[in-house]
Amino acid sequence: MTDTSIGSGFVPSGQLQLGIFFQGVNSGTIWKSPQSGSQTDFESFRRIAQTAERGLFAAFFLGEGLRLREHLGRPHALDVAGRPDAQTMLAALASVTSHIGLVATQNTTYNDPADLAHRLSTLDLISGGRAAWNVVTTDNAWTGANFRRGGYLDHADRYVHAEAFVETAKRIWDSWEEGAVAASPAAESWSSPGSARPVHHEGQHYSVDYRPKLPRSAQYRPVLFQAGDSPDGRDFAARQADVIFSAHPKFDDALNFRRDIVERTLKAGRGANDVKIMPASEFILAPTPQEAREKKEWVRNLQIGPQQAIAYLEQFWGRELQEFDPDGPLPEIDPVVEETSETRGSGFHGAKARHLADQWRAEAKEKGLTIRQFVSAKTSRVDATFTGSYTEVADRLVDYARTGAVDGFNISPWLIPTGLDDIVNHLVPALQERGVYPTEYAGSTLRENLGLASPVRQDAGVAQEV
Amino acid sequence: MSTPPIPARPGFLALELDGDGAHPAAWRKARHTPAELLDGTRIRATVLAAESAGFHVATFADGAVPGGTGITGQLNALQRAAFAGPVTSSIIVVPEVDTVYTEPFHVSTQLASLDYVSGGRAGWLVAASDSAADAAAVGRQTVSGAGLGREAADSIEVSRRLWDSWEDDAVIRDVATGRYLDVDKLHYVDFEGGGGFESGADAVGATYSVKGPSIIPRPLQGQLPVVVPAGLLASGRPSAGATDALLVSAPTPDLLAAEVAEARSALAATAGGAPAVIAELDVVLDARGQAAEGRLAELNAHTPWESTRARFVGTAPELIELLTTLLETADGVRLHPAVLDVDLEELAQLVLPSLRRRGVLAPVQPDTTFRQLLGLQRPASRYATARHGADSVLAGPAASSTAHQGENND
Repeated sequence: MTDTSIGSGFVPSGQLQLGIFFQGVNSGTIWKSPQSGSQTDFESFRRIAQTAERGLFAAFFLGEGLRLREHLGRPHALDVAGRPDAQTMLAALASVTSHIGLVATQNTTYNDPADLAHRLSTLDLISGGRAAWNVVTTDNAWTGANFRRGGYLDHADRYVHAEAFVETAKRIWDSWEEGAVAASPAAESWSSPGSARPVHHEGQHYSVDYRPKLPRSAQYRPVLFQAGDSPDGRDFAARQADVIFSAHPKFDDALNFRRDIVERTLKAGRGANDVKIMPASEFILAPTPQEAREKKEWVRNLQIGPQQAIAYLEQFWGRELQEFDPDGPLPEIDPVVEETSETRGSGFHGAKARHLADQWRAEAKEKGLTIRQFVSAKTSRVDATFTGSYTEVADRLVDYARTGAVDGFNISPWLIPTGLDDIVNHLVPALQERGVYPTEYAGSTLRENLGLASPVRQDAGVAQEV
Repeated sequence: MSTPPIPARPGFLALELDGDGAHPAAWRKARHTPAELLDGTRIRATVLAAESAGFHVATFADGAVPGGTGITGQLNALQRAAFAGPVTSSIIVVPEVDTVYTEPFHVSTQLASLDYVSGGRAGWLVAASDSAADAAAVGRQTVSGAGLGREAADSIEVSRRLWDSWEDDAVIRDVATGRYLDVDKLHYVDFEGGGGFESGADAVGATYSVKGPSIIPRPLQGQLPVVVPAGLLASGRPSAGATDALLVSAPTPDLLAAEVAEARSALAATAGGAPAVIAELDVVLDARGQAAEGRLAELNAHTPWESTRARFVGTAPELIELLTTLLETADGVRLHPAVLDVDLEELAQLVLPSLRRRGVLAPVQPDTTFRQLLGLQRPASRYATARHGADSVLAGPAASSTAHQGENND
């Protein structure tokens, strides 16, 4: 039997939180079904955010990609693409929701700290303390081609830069004293003189000399999410983040990841419970296990069609593979490129293409998988999918809550805008019956609803968690 | 009293919603505490008040706060407009967005997104910051004179191209061929520009290029209307059709009418249709049994009001006459009330109903786009037109041939 203890002073909360990740790109979202709604109309976003709020979800999460995905030199045609700006959409959703957290993925490489911190403060204030920032980095010149600076950052420097950026943002959010703004129109001045500290930063890539224009929010400052999985990324999260959007939903992996993060968090001088973990996940649910399995097959067929399966391999082979049968074995021919090129987010950046092809062929042969089956398994992150009846899956999730392997799950629905309906209508009540899911929002801010402590303003700079 | 002439086309009224009003001491007369200014409740209340008063357009200033003993805080304008979008149904939301210290690619994406969340009721009030504080905040140099116009013109051009970079029917959802997009209807914009910064190519962001295509489909309106302060682009290099409306200002109401007429005749020969002319007017009305002059004196006793706009100080009937006159030549007037909570109530009760009765104002209808309000057609994408002539628009980039759109999670 697996050892499920975390140790090191970590105390499981026994509770789970749910988030929704409206992806807007890539193959996880089905567009081929008559039930597939618009990816850009506000009504799709409103519908899913309000459903999530009905299900007491802690967070509504939006991604960001600053260049349109390409395939063999042209925009990629086969998957959902084209999505609204995260913060603009979340500002709009703030007006039609009241409790759900609003998480914007925003890049540290192609933003200025003062501007980004100000916009995140704005989102935090207009939502009554519900904003969060998922911190991501980009180093590639391919994305830089859309920006004034172009590609300027080395891969090795990306977290150094990101951390200086986040530290600067925290100082900006720490600038205004509590109660800096007058309580009455009869006051001498609108804000007490000297109550906002200017922020100076001289960095390798930018400098900031700024008098912040916004007070703290109901949750002090935006909550910080981070998704990096490399050792550097994990240490960065352990030092700076409140929540990790992890890639480790499988129970044993989740336990190991938790242990690793607890160690790193303690090493960074923070408490064992200070960093929450919410892995990416997908739920395929039905009244019975058999129906759920059938549903999964339907979902997978629509996510990865024959064209997408071939296109996926073409990314790594660097050439067209149209002559191959998607329902046949992987191509025996070798890739024409030495290294796979920028496949951001998929983890294969810079892989030796021929080596990868050999490995994959062997893997597919061993498991007896066709191209389509192989790609479907690769892209759907099988570990991240919970398939089963409502009660079956709820029972599985109880183990996660009991052990503290995770603090919750960030769910990517495979249908927009109805993809959360069965989760909210069936899974949430099942989790509530098992005592592992909230029956009401703990508070009005995201920090409260995630069970995070409030930062305390520091005399000379960066706020620290208590 | 003679009946005033009915204008050829009914005009529109815009209201600036920043802070507690245009006067730097306005917060002292607001009907809420200072601490209640910077939140969603306030945005909702003011934009709904403006909409129910019958204003056609709400604008949201950005960049400058009075400071001193006045208001020192300000929410980002574009996000205020985005918040206002879903809670309103007819009012057009137009945030001010800087072009000098912002990324043109982000600005384009954010404005296109605003168009989606407002159902096509969005516009862009172009600003070009010459503020040393704004420059220092992002560690860049200040820009002045003609450089401001160049930066603004370039940023507008980038947005215009990116908004066209997805043709209207680029999302095809063709199950038979497995294609969500028709990539022939997506276009690289390959913008090369910059040069507003005097120090040239060695400064960060001094010259730049934008590859495209956009990361969001074409805005609902195709192109968001672009509103520009008169004179900003004059010394720049605006391409044809860069501007859909000009904000015209003058030191006094009398000079304003003349300035509007002059702008109107100067624009008459504009190729491809003249931009609309919007007159800028500060407003202080009699209110709460107090004469406008007295209200103004009281406010000025706290903080003098330094404004470059024409100022109307008087009664509702006098303002009705002035607006009627201005709307004979201007397409719209933007009002900057001294104290939002006070003057907006007077405008709603006494001024707008009378103007509507006179037929001076265009009807307010739910879901009217900003382009429709300005009498503009929804344009075809420039690339849709070009594609039939040249097939080389979308030649693939040589490098980086594959990429997965998303975030770096490593």
